[in-house]
Amino acid sequence: MSKALLYDATMCIGCKQCEQACAEQNKLPYTDTIAAEERQSEHKFTCVLTKGDKFMRRLCMNCQEPACASVCPVGALTKTAAGPVTYDANKCMGCRYCMVACPFGVPKYEWNKLLPKVQKCTMCPDRVASGKPTACAEICPTGATKFGERDDLINEAQQRIRENPGKYVNHIYGLNEVGGTSVLLLSGAPFEEFGYHDGLSNDPLPMLTYHVLSRIPDFVPLGGMLLGGVWWITHRREEVALAERTAEKRDDEQHGRQR
Amino acid sequence: MKMKLTFWKLVFLALMAAGFYATVVRFTRGLGASTNLNDQFPWGIWISFDVLCGVMLAAGGFTLTAAVHIFHIKRLESIVRPTVLTAFLGYLLVCVALMYDLGKPYNIWHPLIMRNPHSVMFEVAYCVMLYTTVLALEFSPIVLERFNLQRPIKVIRGILIPLVICGVILSTLHQSSLGTLYLIMPEKLHPLWYSPLLPVFFFISAIAVGLAMTIFESSLSSKHFGRQLELPILQELGRVLVVVLSVYGILRFEDLFHRDVLKLMLRPGYEMYLFWLEVTLAVILPLLLLSQRKLRTSPGGLYLAAVSVVLGFITNRMNVSITGMESSAGSHYIPRWTELAVTGAIIASGFALFGLAVKYLPIFPEEEHRPKPRVEREPSVPGVPVLGHAGD
Repeated sequence: MSKALLYDATMCIGCKQCEQACAEQNKLPYTDTIAAEERQSEHKFTCVLTKGDKFMRRLCMNCQEPACASVCPVGALTKTAAGPVTYDANKCMGCRYCMVACPFGVPKYEWNKLLPKVQKCTMCPDRVASGKPTACAEICPTGATKFGERDDLINEAQQRIRENPGKYVNHIYGLNEVGGTSVLLLSGAPFEEFGYHDGLSNDPLPMLTYHVLSRIPDFVPLGGMLLGGVWWITHRREEVALAERTAEKRDDEQHGRQR
Repeated sequence: MKMKLTFWKLVFLALMAAGFYATVVRFTRGLGASTNLNDQFPWGIWISFDVLCGVMLAAGGFTLTAAVHIFHIKRLESIVRPTVLTAFLGYLLVCVALMYDLGKPYNIWHPLIMRNPHSVMFEVAYCVMLYTTVLALEFSPIVLERFNLQRPIKVIRGILIPLVICGVILSTLHQSSLGTLYLIMPEKLHPLWYSPLLPVFFFISAIAVGLAMTIFESSLSSKHFGRQLELPILQELGRVLVVVLSVYGILRFEDLFHRDVLKLMLRPGYEMYLFWLEVTLAVILPLLLLSQRKLRTSPGGLYLAAVSVVLGFITNRMNVSITGMESSAGSHYIPRWTELAVTGAIIASGFALFGLAVKYLPIFPEEEHRPKPRVEREPSVPGVPVLGHAGD
């Protein structure tokens, strides 16, 4: 029962009210200069990209199995059951592995602060927890950004594609990408044009590292036993050699005496 | 000799001064002012060189302690102490570098209590922490000997074998895990470097570099601390190095073949040149050098091969962490001078601390010292070198 956002680029009019609502929600400044910036940054968690008469939103995809949360050594990033991927700045030590690992390049860093935080859209976790839609979905005047149950939104997206042949690219971006995301996108233009990679794997990325990490509990006792065994053999060999040498010496001495 | 010494002292002072300035910038004005890092390039030279290469260069510690204490190759015993010293200093300096790189360095202890076992970084953090402790314990007899504290030496001697085994396991884990770090970004890292075998490559190359660093360091020590060169030992290390490099080379190319990216090796471009630089220095040149009997048995040939291996695998780590990430990031990363200054100061302090340790602690077996001019040496505490003999 996780919540999600469905953004339909064909319904978007590029009014950027979602940007403003997002800034207010996250207590970030929003000026004309910032409105003109068409990229996500540490002070702008979502942005509307404009290409001719086509629009596309960028925001954190809030993956079902987020790479960022999986790589965070201190668990500062968490996938909540309700959908949002949240961030706890008090836990964060600033290793920035989340930024390196995110397949969408979403997490941004406050490079110019002395004690920087990672910054990204967290899908308004407080609002979602109290049953309200995200700030961007609530303000959207055309319903281009819609908030709801992920399963319902998937059905609706499929229906829109089915009922409007030719209007959409036949692809719900985020349905399967990296195991699925809590942000689903529909578009009339290829997603690549707006920087959304087409070739992303459908398998959740965290499995790539977990396959290796999950072997450690077996490796440690096995390795320990193996190395201990090798030591025992070499050590024993040395003991035997030493015993043989002393035995030989004793024999020699005895023989000498007899002679 | 005296001229040379003052020249290097000047270099050292210059590096430390630049490093000090960069440190002030880093800790008063933040990462943005002191580095060329940005949202496209969140990891720079402090991770690539200071951490990835630093850990790799310190791999001699576990390689040699395993060879001597587990596999009982006693001929190598006389170089265990300088190698453990290098490893210990290496890991300490990696920790120092991390304090620069972390956005909130005062939270560096958080992985202790905020555990995320799915995170490779968490595993690396734990292993590095534990292994640094192991190295401190492995190193401690040298200090204890200096002050003639026999009781604690006995304790360490008693637990030495389990300690060495722990060290080898922890090293295996985190040396390979530094490669595992990059497994989660198949779409970001260039296919010449992204491979499911990254952890294996990182581990095998750590062994190669561990051996090469031991040769390198023994050669330097013989020059600068007036020691005899343990040529037979270095020849033996050279022979093992040939095997390790061959295994690595075959695996590396086989992997490229299986992933069907051999053609990328010939596609002209920035990545191709740096790939060939890496492979030539790390594998091809040293194997060519070491295949000549004359070079394989001479101090000069061994030294050259070792330096080539070290430089080659440094290039490899930089390629994985910087070169291979540039095309997906869509930007080039060139470190700011303050980043280089910090790295330079860290390397310089590594050399200086090694020199100090050699001067004041029984690092090298005493009988092999030629009398040295000027430097007055304390008579070393008599007794067997603990690290070498314990556990027998």
